[in-house]
Amino acid sequence: MRRDIFQAIADPTRRAILVLIAVQAMTPNAIAEHFDITRQSISKHLRILSECDLLAQKQEGREIFYELKIEKMKEVDVWLDQFRKIVEERFQQLDQVLFTIKNKKK
Amino acid sequence: MNLLFDFTVDKATKTIYVTREFAADLDLVWDAFTKSEILDQWTAPKPWKVRTKEMEFREGGRWLYTMVSPENENPSRYSLVDFIEIHPKTDFSTRNCFADENGIQQGNSFSLVKNSFKPGPETTTVYIEKKFDDMATLELLVSLGFKEGLAAGMMNLDDYFASLVTSK
Repeated sequence: MRRDIFQAIADPTRRAILVLIAVQAMTPNAIAEHFDITRQSISKHLRILSECDLLAQKQEGREIFYELKIEKMKEVDVWLDQFRKIVEERFQQLDQVLFTIKNKKK
Repeated sequence: MNLLFDFTVDKATKTIYVTREFAADLDLVWDAFTKSEILDQWTAPKPWKVRTKEMEFREGGRWLYTMVSPENENPSRYSLVDFIEIHPKTDFSTRNCFADENGIQQGNSFSLVKNSFKPGPETTTVYIEKKFDDMATLELLVSLGFKEGLAAGMMNLDDYFASLVTSK
């Protein structure tokens, strides 16, 4: 499933996970220790972050460590561009609505 | 008619500035931004539609709405706009956040918006100033060391997420 970075940072727990692994690579267990939620939901958040392509995995012995793909965070600028487009389109819709209302009044 | 549209972002102050000209008089443009029966017609990106649950346009009043898509008629996410200050036909300020269906804020993020209206000979110009405040994302970005380039990520663009997240 293709996800984008904005889904990743929309959730406070996922933002907190990003903060943690930005500092150092961590195992899922070490990450889970920082949160008062189930191991299962941590796994779910990690899966979503992986699907957003924000996590790199590396194997050390029997443990898997997650680290942040920092360059992906730069997509926020792309996000702003998208927001600009949404605003632009929204106001074009308003143009239409204003046009319709003005014509009704005549 | 070629209508002015300007969109700038000040990442340092987490503020977006939008200037837009509309081919209508001040009374109509003011209504379009403050009456839910008109807001419902243009605020959502297609194919979503805005559905207003509550609207009371007065200082201390609020607008509670949701966006529904053709596939999802029962959304769980609402947007809440609290009206803070209103100067009729001049400007109004709001505090915007996500909420549940009863208008209880969800999450910590919010933005402060000021919409100002200036009549011209044939058009009305609207100036929008949208300031984001999201400490969680701020912490994230500071710790990532992206003070400059990524300060924009502090924004929790409520409109954007409302349309995007509820659709998934």
